[in-house]
Amino acid sequence: MAERPEFAIVGKGERKVDGRALVTGKPVFVADLRLPETLHVKILGSPKAHARIRSIDVSAAEAMDGVACILTHENTPPTRHTTAGQGFPEPSPYDARMFEDKVRFVGDRVAAVAAETEAIAEAALAAIRVDYEELEPVLSIDDALREGAPVIHDEPDSTGIYDASRNIVADVDIDVGDVEAGFDGSDAVVEVVCETQYAQHTPIETHVVLSYLDSEDRLILRTSTQVPFHVRRIVAQTLGIPIRDIRVIKPRVGGGFGTKQEVLLEDIVGLVTLRTGRPALISLTRKEEFTSARTRHPMRVRVKLGAGEDGVLRAIEMEAISNTGAYGAHGLTVLANTGSKTLPLYNKAPNAHFFGQAVYTTLPVPGAYRGYGATQGYFPLETAMDELAERLGIDPIELRRLNHIRLDETSPIFEKLGEGREGVEQTVKSCELERCLQVGAERIGWAEKRGKKHRDGSWVPGVGMSIMMQGSGIPLIDMAAATLKMNEDGSFNLLIGATDIGTGSDTILAQIAAEVLAVPLDKMLVTSSDTDFTPFDVGAYASSTTYVSGMAVQRAAEKIRDQIFEVAASALGVASSELSLANESVVGPDGKSLSLADVCQRAMYESDQFQIAATASCVPTESPPPFLANFAEVAVDTETGRIKVLHYVAAVDCGVAINPVLAEGQMEGAIVNGIGYALTEEMLISSRGRVRNPSLFDYKIPGMLDIPKLEVILVESYEPTGPMGAKSVGEIGINGPIPTIANAVYDAVGVRLRETPFTPERVLRAIRDGSTA
Amino acid sequence: MTITVTINGTSKRLAIEPGERLFELLRREGYMGVKTGCGTGDCGACAVLLNGRAVNSCIVFAAKADGGEVTTVEGLERDGRLHPVQEAFLDEGGIQCGYCTPGMVIGAVDLLSRNPEPTEDEIRQGLSGNLCRCTGYVKQVRAVQQAAAAMKGGGNDG
Repeated sequence: MAERPEFAIVGKGERKVDGRALVTGKPVFVADLRLPETLHVKILGSPKAHARIRSIDVSAAEAMDGVACILTHENTPPTRHTTAGQGFPEPSPYDARMFEDKVRFVGDRVAAVAAETEAIAEAALAAIRVDYEELEPVLSIDDALREGAPVIHDEPDSTGIYDASRNIVADVDIDVGDVEAGFDGSDAVVEVVCETQYAQHTPIETHVVLSYLDSEDRLILRTSTQVPFHVRRIVAQTLGIPIRDIRVIKPRVGGGFGTKQEVLLEDIVGLVTLRTGRPALISLTRKEEFTSARTRHPMRVRVKLGAGEDGVLRAIEMEAISNTGAYGAHGLTVLANTGSKTLPLYNKAPNAHFFGQAVYTTLPVPGAYRGYGATQGYFPLETAMDELAERLGIDPIELRRLNHIRLDETSPIFEKLGEGREGVEQTVKSCELERCLQVGAERIGWAEKRGKKHRDGSWVPGVGMSIMMQGSGIPLIDMAAATLKMNEDGSFNLLIGATDIGTGSDTILAQIAAEVLAVPLDKMLVTSSDTDFTPFDVGAYASSTTYVSGMAVQRAAEKIRDQIFEVAASALGVASSELSLANESVVGPDGKSLSLADVCQRAMYESDQFQIAATASCVPTESPPPFLANFAEVAVDTETGRIKVLHYVAAVDCGVAINPVLAEGQMEGAIVNGIGYALTEEMLISSRGRVRNPSLFDYKIPGMLDIPKLEVILVESYEPTGPMGAKSVGEIGINGPIPTIANAVYDAVGVRLRETPFTPERVLRAIRDGSTA
Repeated sequence: MTITVTINGTSKRLAIEPGERLFELLRREGYMGVKTGCGTGDCGACAVLLNGRAVNSCIVFAAKADGGEVTTVEGLERDGRLHPVQEAFLDEGGIQCGYCTPGMVIGAVDLLSRNPEPTEDEIRQGLSGNLCRCTGYVKQVRAVQQAAAAMKGGGNDG
C-alpha cells in the first residue's frame, strides 16, 4: 500500500474557517439578508393526493391589498423538467412542471402568492378557489403495480419514464454469473425481505430562497442549496431564460443531507422577481417542509444469500422495489445505488443478481438522502449475513472476513452497475476493513458479550455488528474545479464551486491548498459556491467533495506552486527544479530564499508582470470506497419492546482524514441520524395520503438524551488516487445503525426485525410472535 | 404597544404588534443570530436569555420581555473576546452547519450559569431541548465540558 507522507496542515483538527461567524451569530444564512421592498411568497399545497384541477379562480386573492403576484399553471412556463439537482443530462425523468392542472400528492404545488407580508400571502392563499376532480389515490408500492392501477403520469409530454402506463419510473436488472446455479451449489441459503419507511432529512434550517435583481437586471438567487450550478441550469431551463441571466449564491446552509440537492423553490421566487422587479423571499415552515419537501425513498428489498459450508458466498441476489412518490427525482439512481454500493462489498460471491424497479405513488416525493439507496440495501444484506452466520455456525465477524473485498481486488459490479447506467471498472487501492473489524470488536467487547444473555429484570442486552462500503463521488460524471490566485502579502484566494453545507468542506479544501503551498490556514481566503465568481463544481452530494473537489484544489495548488517557483527562480538566479516551499518562503540552494510576499510583489509590480493564478479540474476515473465496521450493544425491554442503544462503535477507513475532527463529526452526525431512522423516525401517512405528523414534536429526531455512548474510530489508510490520500465519508455512517441494531436485538431476544423504525410496538409484536416483524 | 427592553446591554423602546413573538421582534430588530427551525418550541434554534434564563423565543410573546433583559448570541462577546462556550464549540468541533449553534450556545451558557460543573448526564439533560441534525451531539457535549473547565479556571464568566 502507498505510504502516507508527513503533513503539516492536513491531518490537523483545524477550526472551521467559517466557525467564528457561525458561533457569533453573524447574518450569514439566506434569510439573514434583508432587502427593502421584499415580497413574501407562500405556496398553496394540494389538499388532495391525486386530482385534476378543473378550474382555479384567483380573482378574490388578486384583488386583496398587498398581493403583488400570483402564479398558477395558467400563467407559468409549462416546461417539463426534473427537480433533481444532478449533472446534465439528468438521469431522472422530466416529469415535473412549475405548476400543472394535475396534482399528485398532498402538498403538491397548486399556486403561489407573493405579497407585502406573510400574513397577506396566507390570507390570499385562503381566497384562491380551486375546483378539483378527485382521482383515485395510489398509496403503496403494491397499489401502484397492480393491474389497472391509476396512471399517475398520464401526460404525453413527460420524458425519461421507463413505463408511465404501469407507474414504473425506472427498471434495473444486472447479472453476474448464474445465481440459480450458485444457490443450487450452496450448503446454506437464507432469504430476507425488509421494508423501510418514509423518513425525512429535517435540516434545522428549512428550504429558503431570496431572489432579487442586480443593477443589470440579472436574477440573483441566494439559496440554501447543495447544488448552485445545477440550480442555475435548471432554473434557466424551467423559466426559459439564458443561464447568463442568473447568478446563484450559496451563503451558509443550515444542513442539507440530500434534501437541498433539489431545485425545490428557486423557480417560484425567481419568477416572482422577474415579474415584479422586486426581491422575493420564501422560507418553508416546518410543516411545509414535512409535507412538500423531500424524503428518503421507502423500499422493500429482498436479499437471498447462498454459501458453502466453508462460509464463502456462492451467490447473492437482491431485489429492490422503491417508492419514488409523485415525481421521479433520483428514482433511478437511488435504486441503482441500492445494489451498486452494497454488492461489491462481498466480491467472493461469483454469482450476483440485482434487479428492481422504482414506482410512482401519489405520496410525498423522495429524493436524495445521505446514504442514497445503500442505506435501504444494507438493512437486508447485513441482517441476512447475520442469519447466514448463525446457520453455518460461523462467527458473524468471521463470515464477513471470508467474503469482503480486499486491497487490490475488484468486483464485476463496479463495471456493471453505476449511477443509473453502466459503472466504471476499478480495483480497491486502499482498504483497512480488517483493522476496522479488529479494533471495533475489541472496543465493544465482542468476544465477551456476544451470545451471552444476561437478563436484568425485563431488560436483555445483546451485541450486533455489520460492515459496509460507500463511494467517493461518481466516476466519469462528477466534475469539480478550483481556482487559486495569489495576493502580494503572500495570501491566496481559493475560489471553489464546492458547496459547504456544514460539512466543513471550505475548511478541508483550504487545508489541502495550504498544505501544498506550505502556508498557514489563515493565508487561504475561501470563497465558495457563487456561480459568477467560482468555477464549476457539481455540488455537495454522492460523497464527492473531499475526493473530487479536493483533487481539483490540490492540482490548482500544484500549478500555482510551479508559477511561484518560476518567479523565484528568476529572482534568485537558480533553476526552478532546485526550489522548495517552507514557512511561507521559497527556499533554494545555499540558503537562498524569497518570501511568498516578495514573489507576488515581483510578479505583480516589478518584473515579467503577471497574476499568479491557476485553475484546475478533476473528473474522477474511479470512486474509492470508504469502509466501515459497526458494532452496537443494545438492551431490549421484553415487557415494553423498547430498545436502548447503550454503546455504538464505528471504525471507519476514510483514507487520510484531512481534518480528523470534521471527519469524526461527519461520522457521528450520520450515525445519530441513522439511529433515529432505525428507532423513532417515521412519517405517518393517512389513508388519504396526508402526512399526519408534520412537526418536530410528532416526528422524533434524536436529541442529546437519545444518543448512546458513541465512539468513532478513524482507521486511516492512504488512498493513492485521492487528494493527500483521502477518501470521502459524508454518507457511509448513516447506513450502519439499522442492521447493526437489528442484529444486536437478535442477539438479545432472538427475534428478527424486518421493518423500520424499530418502535416498541414492532419489537414487542416480534417478541410475542416469536420470530419476525 | 411599546415595551422597554435591554438587548445585549442596550436599552431600547420598541413598538410591538399584538401577539408578536419575541423571536419576530429580535429578528426585526436585526439580531439575526436568533434562528428558527420550527416555530413551535421544539428545536431550540431560537433560544435567547431572557432575564438570564434560556427561553425559546418563538413561543414567548415579545410583551413578556417588557422591562427585562435579553441576551442573544451576538451579545456574548466581551471586549472582543468570545465567551468560553463559543471558544469551546470552535475548538471541539461542536459546529457543523452552525444553524443550531446560537441556540445551543445560549442553552450552554444558561446551563453553566446554574450549574458550573455539570456531569455529562446533566449536560445532556440541560440541552435536550436543542436539536442538532449535523453533529450527533458528541462534540457539543465535549465543548460544554471544556467550557466548564475553562470558566472554572477564571475565564470570561459571560
